[in-house]
Amino acid sequence: MADAEVKAADEAVAVAEEAPKRPVDPSFEPEIIVFACHYCAYAAADLAGSMRLQYPSNIRMIKLPCTGKLEVIHLLRAIEAGADGVYAAGCLEGECHYLKGNLWARKRVDHVKDLLTEMGIEPERVEMYNMSSAMGAKFAEVATEFTQRIKELGPNPVKREGVSPHAAAREALGDVAMPDETQASAAATVEEGHAE
Amino acid sequence: MITAERKPLDEILELVGDKKKVLVAGCDTCVAICLTGGEKEAEILASELRILAEKDGRAIEVEHTAAIRQCEWEYLDMIAEKVEAADVVLSMACGIGIQSLAEKFAPQLVMPAVNTNMLGMPQEHAVWLERCVACGECRIGLTGGICPVVRCSKSLMNGPCGGSHDGLCEVTGPEKEEIECAWALIWERLKAQGREELMFTERPPKNWSKSSSGGPRKMVREEAKPV
Repeated sequence: MADAEVKAADEAVAVAEEAPKRPVDPSFEPEIIVFACHYCAYAAADLAGSMRLQYPSNIRMIKLPCTGKLEVIHLLRAIEAGADGVYAAGCLEGECHYLKGNLWARKRVDHVKDLLTEMGIEPERVEMYNMSSAMGAKFAEVATEFTQRIKELGPNPVKREGVSPHAAAREALGDVAMPDETQASAAATVEEGHAE
Repeated sequence: MITAERKPLDEILELVGDKKKVLVAGCDTCVAICLTGGEKEAEILASELRILAEKDGRAIEVEHTAAIRQCEWEYLDMIAEKVEAADVVLSMACGIGIQSLAEKFAPQLVMPAVNTNMLGMPQEHAVWLERCVACGECRIGLTGGICPVVRCSKSLMNGPCGGSHDGLCEVTGPEKEEIECAWALIWERLKAQGREELMFTERPPKNWSKSSSGGPRKMVREEAKPV
């Protein structure tokens, strides 16, 4: 690397280090869509509820038979409908019920990150996480960490009045989205958790 | 099959300009199989354009559609209504599809959203290798089924040049990847077939006027033309 390039790189690092974090608006409550695998993350959420673990109520879950069913357009639809953050939560790598669904999901999430970058939107708004059905604590931790990340990023620049990102993502998924039989009880647990 | 790659978003935006009603038209044949311009990809691009417009506060209407084959008039009839209603059509088909669309609906504004890049062989899922340049005079019967026009960096027709070392070409690919010497491959294949003598047989020069160098080509099958 030429000296000039080294200097430029150093300066870039310095600028990045100095860049002030965007002030977090305390009133901003992000809307986050979670595409959760039926075999792991969804069950982990249920467990988190049973364990009475606290996690932010900002997340809205959509259950999938496998994160491998998730396509690029599903993530984009959620962003287009104004979701501030979107993440997929699949099984631990190597433990997918369908062998490689979670690995496919990771690739698609990575591709959406590239598309967002191309559009000038923070790629951190989408993420892929892995967990097992026994990891209730990890589910709560991921939900908390991701919500905090989105709070720091601020609202999605694409905001549409009266459009529900959750409904839009469900609609884009069509029959792929599974019914939310535990959503009601999970939501109740979350609210209770918040009140504590 | 024909392969294509999507153009960078900036270039697509420039092509759309200030048009308000955009139709992204995919093609569900070759470009769908190479995962670039089928209905799925058209939907993704349309979504991206809407997200961008919303983000930048521009009022724009973006729809998507797909023809089964954009290179055939009959299939274009099926998307006519949407094409005619748009201010600009972003076609994700190969160069043939884009031009068919533009010709059928002229003077409708039809813009390419992809770069058509080659006639590729799917080597494995999501990997394509160039195997043909449609040169109009196929010689692979003499070269063990390996095309030197496309696989030799110099398109040499009579054996390797001095840049062939240990089966590799002296030229590397765009990402510095090694390229196999086509003539080394041909030699090995002919040896395996017991036809090495073909390397030493005299052959007439190739007629390049049958390639695109001879001007735009036309093919007519009289026996198949409608009566």
